[in-house]
This record gives sequence, structure tokens and C-alpha cells, in this order.
Amino acid sequence: MSIFIDKKTRIIVQGFTGKIGSFHAQDMINYGSNIVGGITPGKGGQTHLNLPVFNTVKESVEQEGAEASIIFVPPAYAADSIMEAADAGIKYCVAITDGIPTQDMMKVKQYLRKFSPEDRMILTGPNCAGTISPGKSMLGIMPGYIYIAGNIGVVGRSGTLGYEAADQMKRLGIGISTSVGIGGDPINGSSHRDIIEKFEQDDDTKVILMIGEIGGPQEVEAGLFSKENMNKPVVAYIAGLTAPKGRQMGHAGAIISVSGESAAEKVEMLKTLGVTIAPTPSAMGQTVAKVLAKL
Amino acid sequence: MDIHEYQAKEILASYGVKIPESGLAYSPEQAVQRTHEIGGNIWAVKAQIHSGARGKAGGVKICKTHDEIKTAADYMLGRKLITDQTGPGGKFCGRLYIEAATDIAKELYFCFLVDRISERIVMVGSAQGGMEIEELAETDPEAITKIYIDPAVGLLDFQAREMAFVLGLEASQISQAVKLIQGCYHAMRDLDANMLEINPLVVTTTGELITLDAKMSFDDNALFRQQKIAELRDKTQEDPREMAASDRGLSYVGLDGDIGCMINGAGLAMATMDMIKLAGGEPANFLDVGGGASPERTEKAFRLVLADKNVKAMLVNIFAGINRCDWIAEGVVHAVKKIDMKIPLIVRLSGTNVEAGRKIIAESGLSIMTAETLAEAAELAVNARNQQISKEGVVT
Repeated sequence: MSIFIDKKTRIIVQGFTGKIGSFHAQDMINYGSNIVGGITPGKGGQTHLNLPVFNTVKESVEQEGAEASIIFVPPAYAADSIMEAADAGIKYCVAITDGIPTQDMMKVKQYLRKFSPEDRMILTGPNCAGTISPGKSMLGIMPGYIYIAGNIGVVGRSGTLGYEAADQMKRLGIGISTSVGIGGDPINGSSHRDIIEKFEQDDDTKVILMIGEIGGPQEVEAGLFSKENMNKPVVAYIAGLTAPKGRQMGHAGAIISVSGESAAEKVEMLKTLGVTIAPTPSAMGQTVAKVLAKL
Repeated sequence: MDIHEYQAKEILASYGVKIPESGLAYSPEQAVQRTHEIGGNIWAVKAQIHSGARGKAGGVKICKTHDEIKTAADYMLGRKLITDQTGPGGKFCGRLYIEAATDIAKELYFCFLVDRISERIVMVGSAQGGMEIEELAETDPEAITKIYIDPAVGLLDFQAREMAFVLGLEASQISQAVKLIQGCYHAMRDLDANMLEINPLVVTTTGELITLDAKMSFDDNALFRQQKIAELRDKTQEDPREMAASDRGLSYVGLDGDIGCMINGAGLAMATMDMIKLAGGEPANFLDVGGGASPERTEKAFRLVLADKNVKAMLVNIFAGINRCDWIAEGVVHAVKKIDMKIPLIVRLSGTNVEAGRKIIAESGLSIMTAETLAEAAELAVNARNQQISKEGVVT
């Protein structure tokens, strides 16, 4: 097992025929992801990368049984595309787009809440590298070959720091069940907590690595959840020890606004909640290995 | 993106919010001229800088004569004002706001914020105005009330009334308070603001509600659809290096250390800076070059990092995914040759085509140090920085 996606998951690409969408769709196909088509309004009926193009997400669900979607639509239209996917009955959606306005994301979250929990689409991102279940399916823009299949569930905000973690683990022979990017925006589809909850229920995942950063409440919220509701160990690294208060560090959400949002404060709180801390970013792999050895 | 107090007040006034009689001035003479237009006999001269806590830094003066106005204006204009919030460099004051004094009966606190926990806009108010809200949150959290706004229906009048009562207003003031609160909310929502703060909001001796100081900050991601707001940007309030970076599509934050950094990805950049700190150094900057680090982009990034004269060593850390290490290596070699770099450079490449990338650097004939791991790279950078400092020390 894995979470969200496997070999069979039927995937569509929103923003399919654009340059970026085409490039990554081809990359995902090469990896073995089960891409069944794509959406570009106005180009329905055409064929692109030997796959059907649809005008609406609804058509792709009806005709191809699409279950998951990945979004490459530009920021001004991306929120609308996410809501279209939710309305059409897509179960899992990854939004890659960077730069979606915060108030648009508030609308998206409010819209998703109107569905009953069992009918509600799960969204990860925006502004993320996507999700990969190594050896099964890749729904993202990451270099697939750096991930090997295994028992570690990874969740993180950053793309390249996630690659760094996967690479460190690969060197130690440690593989990943699923790696989920939740993105660097202040309001995102799924939180760290939402993802580690899925890992707790996943038979293939034995240890969880959470890669957090400064800003927002989500890492500590995940720590609290793990202490109260989980049996599997959680390892965490929090980036941004040197980040000054009030300055945005690249990601729209990476800003220390209120107390409790700095890396040092998050680390202290996570420690008291029983989370194992990787003391440095180069020790993510070793720390996971140690925790794994104790099981 | 931040804007000035006077800009925020002009926006709020267009949404029906009451502000004092006022005018903008770029010179002491203009400041005096404004007092004639405003009338009255007491005025506030307020430095327009992107910072709070201006009062303690000499950025707000109450004046009763034209001479006092001139003296205050002379002091503030052209000066870098250093407040608790500006950092040691201060912020340049090039504009003054001249305002009629207000007879204050009561000072209140009021703001709208994007709340990351509820994922909604939250309205925050307190009857104890005039002080920093964070301070109040620590000393007397009970004195603060938060009301959350449903994005589907927006701020409802009953919520605005509830806030008015929380602020301790009298029955006769409720309707003007609701108008003010709704006006602020509409400005927040229509203009994609992240934050709108009125501190203090004052009740005058005649019972009027007046916005005495206002601050607004906007969502950078929404500026594409807020052209009028984007035009309010004041480049004199920004770090010139950060501005140059954003004009070149790079994400840069200047810091106080002396090890320059160029990294791809915000998370990896923060992690690399952490490693430098743990190895005993201090990063000079945050710099995310993004996914497509072409030779041109790499050269621009190098120039940006090296424009900071404090930098004693530079660390490049790239994890190539869609990118390829050999392209990055070519870009680095090209940049170093073109710029004629005088300080030590440490490069750590990882990911796609890493062997080819390392080979290009090794065969370039340049004295570039390479590292395999993040920890090794940080250690090399700190050592190189220390050597560079002792070397420069000998020269001088």
C-alpha cells in the first residue's frame, strides 16, 4: 500500500497542453504513472501525448474514470481549476501552481468543506513538488529516480529539501512508502497533521519524516496529533534557524509573524510532544535510520 | 507588500472611514503650507516610513507653531529613522504626513488579519488601544476579542455590532462603528490585503470615531489583479539588494552574516543556512535561484551575492531535479570567469548528472572547492571564510 496514489490510480492533468504541463505529463508517463488524459478548455476532442484532451474535468471523470488530478494552471485561474476538480468528483488533487492569491485559497477551502467528508476531494499543495509512491506512481515534478520504495512516509513543505531527505535515505538504503509535498503557501490544501494521519493508517508506513519550516502552526499541530492519536514514530526537521522575524523566506508562508512560529520554538514544542528531532538538515537520513532500528 | 500610513488612510477614506484633516509634504515649506490648508492650531508631523514605533524614533512630533513644524520636518526628511522594527539600517524618510490634532477621549485597537489556523479573515479588537497588540496578547489576552469571518457570506452586520460593543462604544456610536468596520472589511477583501490595522482608533471628545494611525499590507501573489495597489510600492523603503533580486525574478533576503549563499528551493536554502550556522558561521543572505538555474540566471545570482561587500566566502548548494548538475556547473564556471571572483567558492552539487557536473568544475582550472554532503559544504565554507578574514587582515 501507499497513500493517495498507486499503480492503478487514473490521473488527469489540468493545464495539459501548456509547455510546463506537457513536459511534466511526459515525465510522469515515463515514470509509469497511469495518466489517462488532460484538460484544456477549448481543446476538447484533440489528442495530446497520445492521450485524449477534455474541455472539462467532469468529461474526463465520465469518459476515463479519472480519480486523481494534477494542476499546472497559472495562478490567476488555478483556484477555479481546483474547485472544478472537486465538483467533478476527483478524489485526490495535487496543485503545483506557485503564486495563488491567499483569498482564493480561502474560497477553495470553504468550497471543499461543503462536501461531506467521504465525498470531499483531498487537496495537497499549492506551491509544492507533488506526491510520489516510489515504483508505483508519480504525481508531481520531482526527479523520480532519487526515491526508492520502502517504509518511510515523508511529508514536507519544500521540494528540494524533500529531495535532499530522499537522497540521504537512499544512500542508507532506506526507502519511502509515499512522499507528499504540502507546499510553501500560508493556506494549503492539507496540513502536516492531515498527512501524518493518513500515514498512521497505512500498512506500508513504519516511520514518518516531517520536514517543516518557520511560520504557521502546522508542525506543532501535527506533533500534538501524533502524541494523542498515533503509534508510529515521527521524526522531524524544522528549517529556518537563522531566519529573522517578519521576513518572508522565499515561500509565501515561511514568515515568523507571531510567537511560536520560529524554528527553535517549534523544535522545543515538538520535543516535548515526543517527536524525534533531526538536529541538522544533513542528519535527516541518519535520524530516521536510528528510529527505524529501534522498531 | 507594505504601503505608507497616508496611502492606507486614503484607501480607507475612499471606503467611508473617517480620518483627520491632513496632507502630504516633501519639504519643510510644503509642510507649513499644508497647515494653512488644514487649519487649526495644533498639528502632528509624521514621518512616512514602512515601520511602526515611529514615535520613539523621533518620527512623530506634535507641533503648535510653524517654526516647530519646520524644525520637525527638517529633522525627519532625508534621515534614516531607526525604530524597534527597522533593524540597525533604519528606513529612509522622504515624505511627511501633516495632520490636524485630534481631541482624544479614548484609544481603541482594531484590525483584520489572515488567520492561518482557521483559514479565514479574522477581526481583532480591544478597548485598550495605543499599545502593541502582541504585548497586550501576552500581558492581558482577555482584553482581546477575535471574530472569524465566513468567506462565503463575508462580514455580517451583527458581527460588526458585536465588535463595536466589545470596543466599549455607546449605543449612539454603534451605527458609525458598523460603517467603519464594514468599510475596513471591504477594503481588506476587495484589495487582497493580508493585514489592516488601526491603532489607535480613537473616540474624540465629541464622540466621533477617527482613524489616527493605519497600516495595510497586501498579498504579493494577488498584485497581478491589484494594479492600483502595486503602483503604491515605495522602493526607497526596500533593501536595494532585495529589490534588484525581485526585478531579476530571484528571491533574496539580505542578512548580517558574511557567508554568501546561492541555493535552489526555499526549504533547502533555509536548511543550508542552518548548516552554516551550526558549523559556526553566519549566512549573509537567503537566495533561492528557483528551478531553472540557467547560466544567465546563475551569473545574476552571483553578482547579487557578491554585491554585498561583507561576503567573505560563497556557498552554492544545488539539488538538481529537472535541472542537470552539468548545466549548473557550466553556469557556475562561466559566472566565476566572467566576474573574476576574489573570494573562496564552495560548490555542492547533488542529483541529476552529478558526476558530469563535478568533472566540469574539477577541470575548469578554477580554485573552486567541492563538497559531497551538506555538512561538508558548510564546514568548508566556514573554514574558507575564516582563512579569508585572516588573509585580508594581513593585507590591511
